[in-house]
Amino acid sequence: MPAASLPRWIDTGVIPVLNIALALIVSGLIIAAIGEDPFAAMAVMVKGALGYQEGIGYTLYYATNFTFAGLAVAIAFHAGLFNIGGEGQAYIGGLGVGLVMLALDSALPMVLLLPLGLLASAIFGAAWAAVPAYLQACRGSHIVITTIMFNFIAAALMVYLMVNVLIQPGQMSPQSREFDVSGHLPFVHEALAWIGVSFARSPLNVSIVWAAVCCLGLGAYIWRTRWGYELRTVGHNERAAVYAGVNPRRVIVITMCISGGLAGFVGMNEVMGVHHRLLLDFTAGYGFTGIAVSLMGRNHPIGVVLASLLFGVLYQGGAELAFEVPGITRELVVTIQGLVILFSGALAYMTAPWVARIYYAVKPRPEPAVSAA
Amino acid sequence: MKPASVFLASAILLVASAAVSAADLRPAVVFDMGGKFDKSFNQGVNDGVLKFNKETGVKHREFVITNPTQREQAIRKMAQRGSDIILGVGFAQSSAIEKVAKEFPNTKFAIIDGYVVAPNVQSLLFKEHEGSFLVGMLAAMASKSGKIGFIGGMDIPLIRRFACGYEKGAKYVSSKIDVIQNMTGTTPSAWSDPSRGAELTRGQFGQGVDVVFAAAGGTGVGVYQAAKDAGKLAIGTDSNQNYLQPGTMLTSMLKRVDVAAYTTFMEARSGTWKAGIKVFGLKEGGIDWALDENNKALISGDMKAQVDAAKADIIAGRIMVHDYMSDKSCK
Repeated sequence: MPAASLPRWIDTGVIPVLNIALALIVSGLIIAAIGEDPFAAMAVMVKGALGYQEGIGYTLYYATNFTFAGLAVAIAFHAGLFNIGGEGQAYIGGLGVGLVMLALDSALPMVLLLPLGLLASAIFGAAWAAVPAYLQACRGSHIVITTIMFNFIAAALMVYLMVNVLIQPGQMSPQSREFDVSGHLPFVHEALAWIGVSFARSPLNVSIVWAAVCCLGLGAYIWRTRWGYELRTVGHNERAAVYAGVNPRRVIVITMCISGGLAGFVGMNEVMGVHHRLLLDFTAGYGFTGIAVSLMGRNHPIGVVLASLLFGVLYQGGAELAFEVPGITRELVVTIQGLVILFSGALAYMTAPWVARIYYAVKPRPEPAVSAA
Repeated sequence: MKPASVFLASAILLVASAAVSAADLRPAVVFDMGGKFDKSFNQGVNDGVLKFNKETGVKHREFVITNPTQREQAIRKMAQRGSDIILGVGFAQSSAIEKVAKEFPNTKFAIIDGYVVAPNVQSLLFKEHEGSFLVGMLAAMASKSGKIGFIGGMDIPLIRRFACGYEKGAKYVSSKIDVIQNMTGTTPSAWSDPSRGAELTRGQFGQGVDVVFAAAGGTGVGVYQAAKDAGKLAIGTDSNQNYLQPGTMLTSMLKRVDVAAYTTFMEARSGTWKAGIKVFGLKEGGIDWALDENNKALISGDMKAQVDAAKADIIAGRIMVHDYMSDKSCK
């Protein structure tokens, strides 16, 4: 039974919850099999992610990254493009912010550096996505292949720059000097302190506000503008789009630039918001996780936010779990994360027929195939 | 209950709790992204910590990070939980240790391969170039083709220091020797990619290399396997890896991170711990080359004599091994 025939609240509400529950049950069995208490583990995980201020801060900080990365994948997906290059675009976006901060942090105040950093991350991320976009649009090179390759080129470029050019002299670690305070995005606990609210310190910074703005903006762009209409038309059927007078090449390049720019904001969150310096590997796989986030969120901004929160909980709760329970290693935490992705992404509609059977048993409708079952 | 007995009971409790906290050091280790089972660098630290556990019965907390933000999070969390001494593994944790050490002035911190100046931080530094020099000499003496190889993890200053020492040692034996270098990758997976390591090694063998030195963490396992399959020689790093492929492993460059980890915890326990820089070189026994029953057939008396002589010269200061970090070049 196709899930489309189910009411919307079941498709977007009941089934995802059911999938996550299934993933947690399987995780629980694995945890029990290695001799730990699955209920205690789950409690540690939820409490670690949502039970106290610092944990909430980390959860939302991860969710910020996943929202940017998820939105980047989502918009490309609406145009029928599969952008696997979020990781590299985020890396280069971070490089852009870092270069601007290293050059100007002593000369300009924060109010000017903030928009400059924002712009730099977007431009660098977009530029890194523009090349594969051009190759797809005008040369027919498949975007999946080229964006994957660009991830490696980004990593190689960063190692070269960090080791040979941007390294702080006399340092063993390939990282730049720390930016001046004017080049730091305010942390949320700092921002709250200005208005007299105290909140535990965490890497959560004002990027999260920008992530919310991006969500709204992207939703409006895709469903409320002419460009969004063209984008979706190309995604549904490129030939029909041409027939309707849309230029798919232009749409592909513009869409990928927006996608790359969004991914670049992950770099802004990390470099300007958290580490306050350029370093290696700050993207830590967020760009790849964005793919899972987008799929789980059905490529809709609201879905992406919800999926980002779920992954934020998994990341922060998982770290807490590995910290508190010595028997549970980070590999097992990755296994739990993998199971959630498997059940909510790859097996998303596995439970749909069963749910449909139950739903129509409770609320019958005249359809022989269903009533017979 | 009478006031006197209340007083007595609480006094006993106080004494008891004081005794417990005095006896029990609460050490903690934060491993970096490479994990702790690479049979090389991280595992060396783990071995040292386990040895400390076994001898003293003191349990430790540990955490293996998965992304750069967790460095500071894990170290701070260890400090908040009342750990007495926190050991950070790897230079990448320097800035996190520096930051958290300021917030917890009464907690002791130690960092391996990192250089942090603070009144409560011990920096444990190694002279990798000295050990690499010695194994470079051995490689040059064992090589019949006159070409030796180096497989690094990532092209970062630390690995360049290994490579530079290795090359200098080889050239010390024979100025005509060729050293071919390859790096495994540009992402953290470069430290745990045995198949890529094996591929690069076969590539070097194709160019005529017959002894290869791996300074690439878990990637080395693949390098040694490839050397065994091709009937060539390989040199291990950090831990004594001779046992991995007996007969193929010419030797291992020992970087005794296990001793460093063990010692810093022991000192913290006995009260002799001091902040500052501790350098481990050939002289201090923190760096060495491995000779055991797995490789003694491959090391001739002449080779051993020459290397031992060079080792004595380095310790005495008659040979100055060039350190890549001193001028960022290997001239």
